Amino acid sequence: MARKKGRLTQEVNAGSMADIAFLLLIFFLVTTTIASDKGILNVLPPKQDPNQPPPEIKLNERNIFNILINANDQLLVEGEYIDNTEKLSEDIKDFILNFGAPDEEAISLFNSLPASLRNRAKRDASSSDHPMTGGAVVSIKTNRGTSYERYLEVLDQVKRAYFEIYAERVGLTSDQYRALTGKTPAEKELQDRGKEGIPMAISIAEPDKIGGN
Amino acid sequence: MSKFKKKTSTSQNIPTSALPDIIFMLLFFFMVTTVLREQEILVEQKIPQATQLQKLEKKTLISYLYIGKPKNIAMFGTEPRVQANDVLINTKDIVLWVNQEKDKLSEAERDQITISMKADREVKMGPISDVQFELREADARKLLYAAVGKVQN
Repeated sequence: MARKKGRLTQEVNAGSMADIAFLLLIFFLVTTTIASDKGILNVLPPKQDPNQPPPEIKLNERNIFNILINANDQLLVEGEYIDNTEKLSEDIKDFILNFGAPDEEAISLFNSLPASLRNRAKRDASSSDHPMTGGAVVSIKTNRGTSYERYLEVLDQVKRAYFEIYAERVGLTSDQYRALTGKTPAEKELQDRGKEGIPMAISIAEPDKIGGN
Repeated sequence: MSKFKKKTSTSQNIPTSALPDIIFMLLFFFMVTTVLREQEILVEQKIPQATQLQKLEKKTLISYLYIGKPKNIAMFGTEPRVQANDVLINTKDIVLWVNQEKDKLSEAERDQITISMKADREVKMGPISDVQFELREADARKLLYAAVGKVQN
């Protein structure tokens, strides 16, 4: 030390700076939970008036895509037992895009669809009438003993069918369509154009009482 | 030792002066993204997976409900329970809780309240539908089933 007296520039030892920073870094690494407000959006139906019976909605059986999930998490789709949900969203897409008995409005909707969706659209009279309001409804009915995970898996597939149709209409991928926030007018326009005429008609029935608590 | 030392005149040190800067950069990233948990979760939370996730934009409009098996079985039993804020509540108290949450929002935003339901994947639909029924009663109809992304194949 005595030898170096004459030297003017005396450097501060910065080597331990990294250690201090590391310590802080590790603290924040451990405590961090990257907030994720992601999920599947659902809008519940309005409150029921106890004095009034629920309104009778007349829908033909062919216009309803029935999905039943029992207490053992088994699926019954349109009266058929299925093992997994892999093909479910494709079936739902076929159901939504079916024009069994289109009226004039539905025909104009059909003409506005892009070619890829038009090719997909069938004219099966035994399936849904048209994708518009009252024409195609996807109904999910669970049991009180159905697991939440299974229910969400099915709902996810139904949503997927709709989002893929919407996205295809505006020429985006499904991921891009779902990322639209509707904040800017351009995004809002895309969002509305995707949905126009094809409302997301998902009916979630009150679960029945057997097999649950 | 000194014999060898003389040989190499070039310094072999890697300059480490930039190291703190790099670490600091990482540090700041985690400091900014960190959310210190302000409430203790009293129920088990294994969030289910889904693919069709949507993100909510306005965080102030979201209120959280946690549903799952209580962690403290000795005290609260094994049946799924609902947690709001930092206490376990009964299903019938949800209406009250929703109204309290609505009061925190400004007049114009009250009907836009969104409930983020963080339910454990083990929960059955029975308790879930009871909660949904109460939410309908409370007129908080926008509901988000919280889920984490699944890798699509």
